[in-house]
Amino acid sequence: MVRNKVKDFVTGVGRGTYDEVSGAVNRIGFVGDVVSAVAEVVVSPRKLRWRDVLYYLDLCGRKSVPIVAAICFLMGAIVAFQSAFQMRKYGAELYVADLLAFSLLKELGPLMVAVIATGRAGSSFAAEIGTMKVDEEINALETMGIKPVRFLVIPKLLAMMVSLPLLTVIGDVVGILGGLTVAQVYLGMPASTYMARTIDVLVPSVFCMGVLKTVFFAICITLIGCHCGFAAGTDAQGVGRATTRAVVSGIFAVVLGDAVLTLIYMAWGY
Amino acid sequence: METPEKVIEVTGLAVGYGGRAILEDMNFEVRRGEIFGILGGSGCGKSTLLKHLIGLYRPLSGDIRIFGEALNGSGGKARRNLMRRFGVTYQGGALFGSMTLLENVMLPLEEFTALSAAERAEKAMAKLGMVGLTDFADYLPAEISGGMTKRAGLARALVLDPELLFFDEPSAGLDPITSAGLDKLILNLRDQSRAAIVMVTHELESIFSIVDRVIVLDRGTRGIIETGDPRVMRSHSGNDFVREFLNRDGMTREHYEYHGEKE
Ligand SMILES: Nc1ncnc2c1ncn2[C@@H]1O[C@H](COP(=O)(O)OP(=O)(O)OP(=O)(O)O)[C@@H](O)[C@H]1O
Ligand SMILES: [Mg+2]
Repeated sequence: MVRNKVKDFVTGVGRGTYDEVSGAVNRIGFVGDVVSAVAEVVVSPRKLRWRDVLYYLDLCGRKSVPIVAAICFLMGAIVAFQSAFQMRKYGAELYVADLLAFSLLKELGPLMVAVIATGRAGSSFAAEIGTMKVDEEINALETMGIKPVRFLVIPKLLAMMVSLPLLTVIGDVVGILGGLTVAQVYLGMPASTYMARTIDVLVPSVFCMGVLKTVFFAICITLIGCHCGFAAGTDAQGVGRATTRAVVSGIFAVVLGDAVLTLIYMAWGY
Repeated sequence: METPEKVIEVTGLAVGYGGRAILEDMNFEVRRGEIFGILGGSGCGKSTLLKHLIGLYRPLSGDIRIFGEALNGSGGKARRNLMRRFGVTYQGGALFGSMTLLENVMLPLEEFTALSAAERAEKAMAKLGMVGLTDFADYLPAEISGGMTKRAGLARALVLDPELLFFDEPSAGLDPITSAGLDKLILNLRDQSRAAIVMVTHELESIFSIVDRVIVLDRGTRGIIETGDPRVMRSHSGNDFVREFLNRDGMTREHYEYHGEKE
């Protein structure tokens, strides 16, 4: 009895370890495939499917503008309102502009855009590739001698690396407008004063570092979404599970990456 | 007449998933210009064997040689070059959903030839014409029927003029007339290009009218139970299952069509 339990435990640990290790090896292999596909495309750009790049630019970029604008506007307004409420006690309302500008450009803007992109793009990448796997389209690519990673991942990666920074710029601007609205309506601060203060305190490098962060987020979201798709089970629930995993792991990776980047930026003195 | 060269040579092959063998110790070869059938009951591993032959999975043991080259021994580039020389059609067509039929058929040309866009389109249209889909070139895969999807998949497999073609149940789910048309198409292909054709099939009609030689797989013995000419095996096979399988004319035809539709 006890002996059986011990045996089950040992087998369980062994199997768990094996799954983890083989999963990790698999992920590293996938990143390797992506790197080699990038190299291939850099050497001969003709191999890049430009039409797909445009398609995903439209899907992940242009079509995300309304939701990014709406969420960032509200985020800006909420942060401005909350901080104004506190700062009013000290008569320091003017600093609402500082606080919002810094928190939005450094953290909130890039993070919000990344989270939205994970929900929209990361999940759809996983679903698309997972469905292609079920329908044997991935097999068909392999037997046609076309590397699935180059065909399916690179256009998405490029499109995301271009759209996320642009979306972040839009999100930043709209977020500041949200703060401005609150400052005007709730604090009765003239728009010109608020804007002057914002422009005064803003350092271009803060803005650039924030936007740059999203390039890194774009890579994480795309690779995780695509990998979840490739790893999807070929049963009916497989694609659903892959999509969920793409979103959960994607958001986790973005937040974790953000923490690491913040430490790096700090070490650099930003 | 000398025997044509071996296009596929399989020795001591064992295939399966996750280390568990489904079929073991298989030996056979396919020669140029031959139409070769893989037969067997449902779930005996026909599709599995085919997936190993086209290099999607590594065999558990044994050796597969295609055009004299080891499929799994060769590295990435050599392997891809080998894969380019054969065409595969899948049980469900496996067309790319975001592209029209024409774009699907043109894809291999885009990847592997230096033809101009106009030449690519012309060549792809010719193949679509061969399978009777000229009028549907601009349709998306979601907008056509299952049988048409299969034919479009065939056009795509043919576009690089392969010397070796693989089919997984080409006529499953097709009506008898379309199915007979497909058989004729396959026969013409073989006669014109002297390509070798390997097909998994349940259709007795196809087996007796176009297939030259078959292997019969069995789930119980996990291997090949018989190899040879199906017309001879039909009456002379020493194996009860094989004789029964090849003599179920008429009465079970609907059953098999239903089975195919289900997949
Ligand atoms: N990806 C897979 N992983 C594990 N087992 C699998 C996988 N695909 C198929 N099998 C198993 O392998 C066996 C053979 O399956 P296969 O699809 O090769 O049968 P088949 O002969 O083509 O059947 P059918 O005539 O129904 O198409 C089945 O028992 C199936 O459960
Ligand atoms: Mg099958």
